[in-house]
Amino acid sequence: MSATDNDNVREPDTALAVAADVRAGRRTAVAVLDEHLARIAKRDGEIHAFNLVLTDQARAAAAEIDRRVATGDDPGPLAGVPIALKDNMCTRGIPTTCSSKILEGWRPPYDATVVQRLAAAGAVVVGKTNLDEFAMGSSTENSAFGPTRNPLDVSRVPGGSSGGSAAAVAAGFATVALGSDTGGSIRQPAALCGVVGVKPTYGLVSRYGLVAFASSLDQIGPFSHTVADAAALLEVIGGHDPMDSTSIPQPFPDVSSMLERGVDGLRIGRITDLPAGADPDVIARLDEAFTVLEKAGARIVEVTVPAFTYGLTAYYLIAPAEASSNLARYDGVRYGLRVDAPDTTRMMHASRTAGFGAEVKRRIMLGTYALSAGYYDAYYGKALKVRRLIAQDFARAYEHADVLLTPASPSVAFAFGAKGDNPLAMYLCDVYTIPTNLAGHPGMSVPFGSGADGLPVGVQLLAPALGEPVMFQVAAELERSRR
Amino acid sequence: MNASTAPPAAISVAEVQMVDGYELVIGLECHAELHTATKIFCGCPNNFGDEPNTNVCPVCLGLPGSLPVLNRNVVELAIRLGSALHCTVQSSIFHRKNYFYPDMPKDYQVSQYDIPIDLGGYLDLPSGSRVGITRAHLEEDTGKSSHQGGDGRLHGSSGSLVDYNRAGVPLLEIVSEPDVRSADQAREYLTELRAILEATGVSDAKMEEGSLRCDANVSVRKPGAPFGTRCEIKNLNSIRSLGRAIEAEARRQVDVIESGGTIRQETRHFDERTGRTHTLRIKENSDDYRYFPEPDLVPVVPDEAWLARARAALPMLPAERRARLAGALGVPPSDEIVGVLVERGRDELFFAAVDAGGVADRVAVHLQHNLPPDGPDPIRPGALAALTKMEAAGTLTATQAKAVLVDLVAAGGDGDPAAIAAAKGFEAMSSGALDAFVDAAIAAQPEAWAKYLAGDPKVVGAFVGSVMKATQGKADGKAVTALLEARRAASA
Repeated sequence: MSATDNDNVREPDTALAVAADVRAGRRTAVAVLDEHLARIAKRDGEIHAFNLVLTDQARAAAAEIDRRVATGDDPGPLAGVPIALKDNMCTRGIPTTCSSKILEGWRPPYDATVVQRLAAAGAVVVGKTNLDEFAMGSSTENSAFGPTRNPLDVSRVPGGSSGGSAAAVAAGFATVALGSDTGGSIRQPAALCGVVGVKPTYGLVSRYGLVAFASSLDQIGPFSHTVADAAALLEVIGGHDPMDSTSIPQPFPDVSSMLERGVDGLRIGRITDLPAGADPDVIARLDEAFTVLEKAGARIVEVTVPAFTYGLTAYYLIAPAEASSNLARYDGVRYGLRVDAPDTTRMMHASRTAGFGAEVKRRIMLGTYALSAGYYDAYYGKALKVRRLIAQDFARAYEHADVLLTPASPSVAFAFGAKGDNPLAMYLCDVYTIPTNLAGHPGMSVPFGSGADGLPVGVQLLAPALGEPVMFQVAAELERSRR
Repeated sequence: MNASTAPPAAISVAEVQMVDGYELVIGLECHAELHTATKIFCGCPNNFGDEPNTNVCPVCLGLPGSLPVLNRNVVELAIRLGSALHCTVQSSIFHRKNYFYPDMPKDYQVSQYDIPIDLGGYLDLPSGSRVGITRAHLEEDTGKSSHQGGDGRLHGSSGSLVDYNRAGVPLLEIVSEPDVRSADQAREYLTELRAILEATGVSDAKMEEGSLRCDANVSVRKPGAPFGTRCEIKNLNSIRSLGRAIEAEARRQVDVIESGGTIRQETRHFDERTGRTHTLRIKENSDDYRYFPEPDLVPVVPDEAWLARARAALPMLPAERRARLAGALGVPPSDEIVGVLVERGRDELFFAAVDAGGVADRVAVHLQHNLPPDGPDPIRPGALAALTKMEAAGTLTATQAKAVLVDLVAAGGDGDPAAIAAAKGFEAMSSGALDAFVDAAIAAQPEAWAKYLAGDPKVVGAFVGSVMKATQGKADGKAVTALLEARRAASA
């Protein structure tokens, strides 16, 4: 239990174990935190999971948890659990950068709803994690502050855009983490780093305080070592928030109670017209997952989702269109980077030119074009139709299946620079994750064995809107089969 | 009774204003700030005139991560105005209007676009014409820039300050059809719209504070020709400016056309000092605001019960109040006295006084001419009624009644007019006493009497005046005239 344990060998701590120990007084939150801080000190120089480690604030928060436990108070279901936050979630008085130069110097005057809920549940925020600038990317190479390395093989990317959060959990820097998923930005890095990652149903977790990339697609979700931890974390951060108009007016469904039910009688769908391109090792693990579930009593059914193929194209019109508007506010007038110029228009131009990286600029231009007069119907308008089609096709598939299984990522973690010069190759990383965001449905990646070079493979589970209970039920079965 | 059950008014065609053989065609876009406690998408106070940048929060400052939540009362007021303007109140959505401007915190404005809450209505004007309402849509206001140095405008200034207190203040943009045909009709439209906004509590509609602002789209054409190219005159801040700007712009357009030029579609500014309009922005390519549905908000779908509640809660509107008052007075609704009393909000007092036995036309005359136009009701209905009854009975002359009224108002609006009249010595004059005064006046002015007998009506005033003087105003002028007539008949 000391910080000198070999992290790659030792069975990782779970949030449920930490919280149980801290609440029962078996361990102190400060001791738990110090183990994590020690691992960060030892290895984050190399990994660069964090943009900012909140050593002092975290120690103060952990000490407060311990004080409350000592006085007989219950600090909550995540008491003393060290958590890392993707650096696109607002933290009061603490820099929130989105890994962009444009937000230089900005400290939000408020906490995101999820941050408030974590604090109320006793979690301890250890730091803000690196990401592709404004969550645009699949490798965390697009960060203005340099890439994050995959803790399992530092010559490879951790995936993205929530690569810092995935790496932080995989490296034992935090017990759990939050990321955001617009087209796969939780599930793909979870797969590449060998951890669990969940994108909830759109509207189940408040977006208030999540710096927007594409508002109609963005969702916050957890990274964890176990399916049960992801469930516990979602039950804390999820549920209605009056500050988010798109928040579903109901509590987060009880998923923790579904984990031990098994899959007997459930229908697991295999999409027969899934876009090709996944590596053979990934396909092999997916096939094994079907076999495991069938042996556990589930029925495998074949379904088609014809519009799945068009997801990527529709996404690269809708997401940039929304982003082009969401990112307009970074104009140098009120906060963040300002490059002085003789007049306001030139100041805005100079600030945005200097503040945004190449990928962000590319997407702003794509989105601006897609919304322009004369092109709207052909691009954005058509993409919205495809979006409806995808939802319809999924709805038909879910008449026959309770859950669908696909790869989370077409490949295991790839080397730095492998796709950096080719945006289209990078965009294809999200081919299996994107359609779910367009439909507003939940999806999650569960580690399921390894592929090339012994690197982890993630299997993706998809479910209809508000289908988290059955999705977690199946995820827990896959997890059990690997023990 | 409410707007939807009001009897249809008789619609007359507006008089067309001509400039050198060209017709004016005008459409109006008015922005009304809604009279809500808080802003449209956050809980910040909606107050005019506070210290700059004090009524702000992450939402109305558009800080990263913040999200809008629609104020329910904003929807309520939009339903109310839609009902008052006979619009279809429909399910609606918000869009984003994208353009860069420093006083706009998000560099896009959240605004309704092609699916507005209020669609297709009309506004009937006091003079009897009807102006179509295309739509009324909700949007958020921007912040306010003030430019330092120079002449207070952006050009030539050394720097700018932005106050975001106004950012996120709810607005309704009310767009008329191009139905307005004269500067007078435009003024009448704006006056009536302002009255409706005030009466319904939708807006305090103070043009001087900017809570009601008006843009005018003006074009000219030869009668029967298709619409000409229009120019939009921005930010007219008074009803008077609206009329002046329209006339100046129409004059300019006719001059351009007559000298062989063509009108460019452009946005123009009206200069109050010079009384002329000048180019602000040329709309060579129509502005591309890249509108798309606002993903952070959900559709606004008020149910039928809400609409019904809002309609039922509407107060009586100015047009209906005018019709009611006109009916009681037996004059057309366009009669001046009707407009004056309704505009002053004295029609309720009128009906209360008439209900108390007052004489309608005398009550109305006192309210129009002899009582203070502003402030709370200056007199109790009972006192006003009693006074007009004394006039009708011939106990008080019009002049005496005015004097009694002054005392009644001074006494706080209540009291016994008969007692005041008695105290002032305004006792009823017996007909015998008046006979003697008339005879004395005739005797004193033989030449005038001769002219009167010869049929010259102008000399009547001389006799009435001298009788009034002799009786210290106690005589009734009509009674004097009648006695003069009786004398002439007797002498014939």
